[in-house]
Amino acid sequence: MSEVAAESQVKQKGKTKKMSTRVDFTPMVDLGFLLITFFMLATTLSKPQTMEIAMPSKEKVTEEDQTKIKASRAVTILLGKENKVFYYEGTRENNVDPVLNQTDFSPKGMRQFLIKKNYEIMVKVRELKAKKDAKKLSEQDFEKQKQELIGDKKAPIVLIKGTTDSSYKNLIDALDEMAICNIGRYAIVDITPFDLELLAKKL
Amino acid sequence: MPKVKIKRKSTAIDMTAMCDVAFLLLTFFMLTSNFTQKEPVAVNTPSSISEIKIPDRNIISILVDAKGKVFFGADGQDNRVQLLTKMGAAYNITFTPAELKEFSLVNKFGVPITMMKSYLALKSEERDLPQNALGIPCDSLDNQFKSWVSAAKGINRDYRIAIKADQATSYPVIKKLMGSLQDINENRYNLLTSLKSVPDYE
Repeated sequence: MSEVAAESQVKQKGKTKKMSTRVDFTPMVDLGFLLITFFMLATTLSKPQTMEIAMPSKEKVTEEDQTKIKASRAVTILLGKENKVFYYEGTRENNVDPVLNQTDFSPKGMRQFLIKKNYEIMVKVRELKAKKDAKKLSEQDFEKQKQELIGDKKAPIVLIKGTTDSSYKNLIDALDEMAICNIGRYAIVDITPFDLELLAKKL
Repeated sequence: MPKVKIKRKSTAIDMTAMCDVAFLLLTFFMLTSNFTQKEPVAVNTPSSISEIKIPDRNIISILVDAKGKVFFGADGQDNRVQLLTKMGAAYNITFTPAELKEFSLVNKFGVPITMMKSYLALKSEERDLPQNALGIPCDSLDNQFKSWVSAAKGINRDYRIAIKADQATSYPVIKKLMGSLQDINENRYNLLTSLKSVPDYE
């Protein structure tokens, strides 16, 4: 009996033990997910959106230039407090004040008026966009033709004027409406005493 | 009758596949990430339908919080060093190399130039405390904001100006900023907004 045991011991020594090639991956997976979590939290996946605006340079803007706009084309938007918006068309003619309307930035508010005012151009731009979506028009051509359309001579010119009570959000909303309604010509200008007078009368 | 023997299965699962997936995702996030930069104040941007993305580099970022405090930041560490040297020269303040180095690591700041030295001496976690984030003066008497922007533009012509303001920032503050930019002939700039979908008008 003892011999047999000794023999088997000898045998075991000589045998190279086969090790399993399997490694436990669990800690590695843990580490992997930990790092993923870190990177996910630390990154900004979406870049912020921007709005590009170009303001006129200071020297070029004179009183004359400002009054050159044809009154029939001019729409003035006044940004009031508590997100209220007022607009009027034209200016004072023959001592008759333009009608000041109150509205807001909801789809049924300011936008409705601007769409009505700019309807022809909007329809054309939409047709153009349909063409582009159907791949009949390249991106550059679309932009070029769109610029031509919205720079139309009969298109309304919008003047955006903020009162001291309005906020940055109102300004962005107003600029947004310009983009939605395809208004090519708009400007952010200082509020005039005339506008304040109109506002005071309305309130 | 022999008992039904339930075969005991090993609870160890092969983790290799999971590991593969984890590292694949990790690689993806590592390659696509650009880190969120810490901002001195929390700003809630208004939403707009504009879909233009802001470029990654050469940005002068101007941050305006709801109360109207103005913060300034320009990217590029070398540019920052030059910028502070230039501003120091303009306001008769000499900065030590250590301070310049410290400034090159500051992402956005909002202190008057006269307090810049004490600001840079602070620990980075103390800088954003409300009592230390004063905003850059930009009124007509002391318009340091204008000097910062024109100095930065002088160093790198390719800088684009991006204004990030809070929804609740009052209009006169923005007007003042735009006026200052207009004074130094910077008439094109970007306004940062968050995305909102384009409405369908039928």
